[in-house]
Parts: sequence; C-alpha cells; structure tokens
Amino acid sequence: MTGGGGLQGEQFNRLFTLFMGITGFFYVLVIVGMLAGIAIRGRAAGTERGERLARTALLGWIAAVVLGLTVLTVGSYASERRVSAAIPARPPLEVQITANQWWWDITYKNAVPANELRTANELHLPVGVPVKVTLKSNDVIHSFWIPSLAGKQDLIPGRVNDLLLLPTRTGQFRGQCAEFCGTQHAHMALDVTVEPVASFRRWQQAQLAPAAPPSTPLAQAGHDLVMSQQCASCHAIAGTPASARFGPDLTHLASRRSIAAGTLPMTRGHLYAWIADPQGVKPGNNMPYIGFDSAKLHAVVAYLQGLK
Amino acid sequence: MSSRCRARLAALAALALLSACDREERQSRAQPVPETLPTPRQSILQPGVPARTAADPRARAYENNSYQMSQGQLLYQKMNCSGCHAHGGGGMGPALSDAEWRYGGSMEEIVATIDQGRPNGMPSWRGKLTEQQMWQLAAYVRSLSAQPRQDVLSSRPDAPSSTEPATLQSRQPVVPSSPAGVQGTSR
Ligand code: HEC
Ligand code: HEC
Ligand SMILES: [Cu+2]
Repeated sequence: MTGGGGLQGEQFNRLFTLFMGITGFFYVLVIVGMLAGIAIRGRAAGTERGERLARTALLGWIAAVVLGLTVLTVGSYASERRVSAAIPARPPLEVQITANQWWWDITYKNAVPANELRTANELHLPVGVPVKVTLKSNDVIHSFWIPSLAGKQDLIPGRVNDLLLLPTRTGQFRGQCAEFCGTQHAHMALDVTVEPVASFRRWQQAQLAPAAPPSTPLAQAGHDLVMSQQCASCHAIAGTPASARFGPDLTHLASRRSIAAGTLPMTRGHLYAWIADPQGVKPGNNMPYIGFDSAKLHAVVAYLQGLK
Repeated sequence: MSSRCRARLAALAALALLSACDREERQSRAQPVPETLPTPRQSILQPGVPARTAADPRARAYENNSYQMSQGQLLYQKMNCSGCHAHGGGGMGPALSDAEWRYGGSMEEIVATIDQGRPNGMPSWRGKLTEQQMWQLAAYVRSLSAQPRQDVLSSRPDAPSSTEPATLQSRQPVVPSSPAGVQGTSR
C-alpha cells in the first residue's frame, strides 16, 4: 500500500480498501455458507425444503458475485476518472529525470532555455500542481518510485517514459530506485520535498542563480583545485568553467539534504568523507578515488560548502 | 571400487569444483597515493626513437579484468574520446581499432599517450583523469582491436553502434610501433 501524499496514492488506497472489503465479505460468506451447509445437510438432505434452500442459496450467490464485481468495476472506473480529470493534458510543470548508475539527474523544463533548472538527487514539487515527469536512463534499466506519491515507472535506456504526479500534501518524502541496477542500487535514493507554491518558486529562483563565488582564501584555493583537477572533467557548476555532465550538477550542492543519492546526510564531515574516498563510502560508484592531501581536502570542502 | 577409492574420487571432484570458484576481484579503488607532489614527467618521445615505456605490472592486472575494461568503455564515451576517434574507426583522431599504432599499442604506451597527449591534436589528460582511469581506458582501447583475452572483453554494448560485438571478433597480431609511424608517414 502506498502512503497518501499524492492523488494517485490516495485513489489507490481507496480502491485497495474497497477491494479488501468486498473480497473479505466473500471470504466470510463462503465460510459461513460452508458451515451452514454442513449443519443443515444432515437434516434437510433429499427433502423438498432442502432443495428449495439450495436453489435460493445459488441464486443469492450469483446475485452477490454480480453485485460485488459491479461495485469493483464502477469503483476502479470512478477513481480512474478522478485521476484523469484532475490532471490536464499539458501539466504546467514538466520535470525530466534521467537515471544514472547510481544517481538521479533532474531537469526542470522551461520554454526559455536560460530558465531550465538542473539539479541532482532532489526533487521539489509544488503542492496541488500537476507535474509531468519524463523518465530516461543513461545506462541500464532503473525504476522511479516515490511510494507516498504514486506507483513505480521504469526508466529504460533509449526510451522515454512518463508519469503524472499530483502531490496533495506537503512534506518530505523518499524516492528510491526500485529495479536492481548494479552494486549501489540500494544507495540510489531521491529526496522529495513537496511545498507550498510560493516556497517552491523561491527555491526555483535560488537554484537558477549561478554558483556562489568563493568567499574566503581557502574556498578560493578549493575553487581553483576543483576547476583544474579531475572534478571539472565530470561535474558541472553553473557560472564556472566546469560544465561536464558525467556526475551530478554541483551548482547548489550545499543546499541539498544528502550526498550521493541519499548515501550520506549533507554535513561538513560527510563532505570530507565523500571527497577523501568516495569508494569507501559507496564502493563501485563512478566517482574515482582521487587522493587529495589534507590541505587540498580542506580547500575543496570549504569551496563545496559555500555552494549554497 | 573400494570405499577408500570412492572417497578419494569424491574429494578430487570437490577440489575440481572449487577451482571454478575463482571469481574476478572488483577493485573500485586504486592504491592510495602518498601525500607528496608527483615529480613532473617528461615525454621521452623523440623523432627517430621508438617510444619505449617501462613495463608496468598494472598492465596485466587491468587488461585481464572485465570490470576495469567495462569502466574504460564507460569513460571512453563519457570523456568524449568517441568524439575524435569514433567507436574505434577514427575520425578527427586516428583509428584505434586497426593494427597500426603511431605511438605504440602496448598498455604502457597507450597510458603514456593518454597521460601526456600527442602533438597532432591528442589532448593530455593528466590531472583530468586519475591514473586508474587511464589504465581502464587503455584496456578498453586495446579491446577495440581485440588484443586482450576474449573472456575478459566488456559485454557493455557500444551505445548506438551496429558493429560486431568485440567478443565475436578475431584476435589480431600486435604491430610494434615504428619511428616512421611517429611522424605519421607510414603507408
Ligand atoms: C570520473 C568522474 C568524476 C570525477 C573526476 C569526480 N566526480 Fe564527483 N561524482 C561523480 C559521480 C558519477 C558522482 C555520483 C556518484 C553516485 O552518487 O553514485 C559524483 C558525486 C559527487 C558528489 C555528490 C553529489 C551529490 O549530489 O550527491 C560530490 C560533492 C562530488 N562528486 C564532488 C567531486 C569533487 C570535489 C571532485 C574532484 C575532487 C569530483 N567529484 C571528481 C563523478 C566524478
Ligand atoms: C580532440 C580530439 C581528441 C580527443 C578528445 C581524444 N583524442 Fe586521442 N588522438 C587524437 C589525435 C588527433 C591523435 C593523433 C595524435 C598524433 O598523431 O600526434 C590521437 C591519438 C590517440 C592515440 C594514439 C594512437 C596511435 O596510433 O598511437 C590513442 C591511444 C588515443 N588517441 C586515445 C584517446 C583516448 C583514450 C581518448 C579519451 C580519453 C582520446 N584519445 C581523446 C584526438 C583526440
Ligand atoms: Cu536501481
């Protein structure tokens, strides 16, 4: 069963309850009928009264089955209608999610390319606004699943899938890859925040800004290292020369809630742990062990921490 | 057959089965580097002198490991080697799937090429890729001409390519690098 944070989830729960109620009723009916049969059989077998009873029971049974199936059919049709009526053909918000081993690349589509927002491993959604989610994969099959909002949908390399979401309740939810995709499949989570429209807009504006320039000499040294070392061959930081797309976008890294797709909470210590040895934290992931000495490590972390 | 003999046979069979349990080690992390600055390396390439690079024990380790080769293939696409060399057939850069090497086709020589760059347009990847990644790339580059052992070739498909999978190609002889090749004048 899914939690009720989204329209599909709620409808699903309602259908599930209906289904449980009707099947439970029939379960009890069969058992009661059987017990009654055993009790009556001995006394009424062969008599005219017994035969009348059997005929009535059969008719009652057929009527109950027809009624039960009708209620189920009407119920599922009605909830299908509710979902499709609530979501317009062209939802106002479109998000493209590309799965990679083992992280999520997130782009908020916009007709104006400059207003396209790119982030990673976190999804912010305005409450009550229908969202079209386009799903792609860069390597193997993954599956997109936010249990509180809706059911699963696969991300398949070379294909585009989509999913419609309508969050109905604000809160923090967890998304998770739901199709085994390699060693670090378990560490492929997605932080989902459903918030009021106004704060979503604020978040969007903040994310569209280029990266904050380094504010201390240490952070400046870190900036220079990130630009001149391996980091820039894999990561993009808007407003700097780093523009590669092999790893997650780091423009507003420090504003996220976790590191490496939910592997570690976002804290200074965990940033150190991640940069010092990503393979120790998440063995087999595609960010290599680089081997900074402590001075460089301090500088790089100081810079990353400033990327609010 | 005596029961002792049967017991021995059973033990032998068990041993034979055990030998099949040799699983490839997946090394996701190269040896830690010491906290000192590396000494700058200079290219030893000179006109008229064949490129010679000291044999390195890592060459075999990387070349005989499917995981490393598969990572090399991933990097080959992600680092846009394919932008210049296509999927081995060559483009702006020379073909890598043929038997000709301007700068040598051994693991060590290919790593040197990737690390140092080459004058006619091959960028240097020093500091842009880790050493481990260069070895992974070299293993994959060699698989383009079917040099490594067939059973370690990567099973990852070459994105949208309709070429025969490397596992179906036949092994080709290694052609030693020649000084003439360095100047790009061979054939
Ligand atoms: C070969 C490519 C590569 C290089 C080089 C590289 N990274 Fe990464 N990085 C990745 C990948 C891939 C991930 C995603 C790993 C995962 O979660 O599975 C990542 C994740 C990260 C994250 C976590 C991002 C998030 O949203 O959770 C940070 C921070 C980071 N890298 C910083 C750096 C820094 C700093 C450097 C340079 C010292 C660097 N990276 C070098 C590929 C790379
Ligand atoms: C900007 C285009 C470009 C990119 C990107 C590029 N190469 Fe090259 N590469 C070249 C050119 C041009 C040459 C020939 C250099 C020469 O002859 O001096 C070359 C030569 C080579 C050689 C030597 C071939 C021989 O015959 O000895 C190897 C190996 C090689 N590249 C591998 C790579 C790998 C691996 C990558 C990705 C990490 C890569 N290249 C990326 C352009 C490129
Ligand atoms: Cu997965």
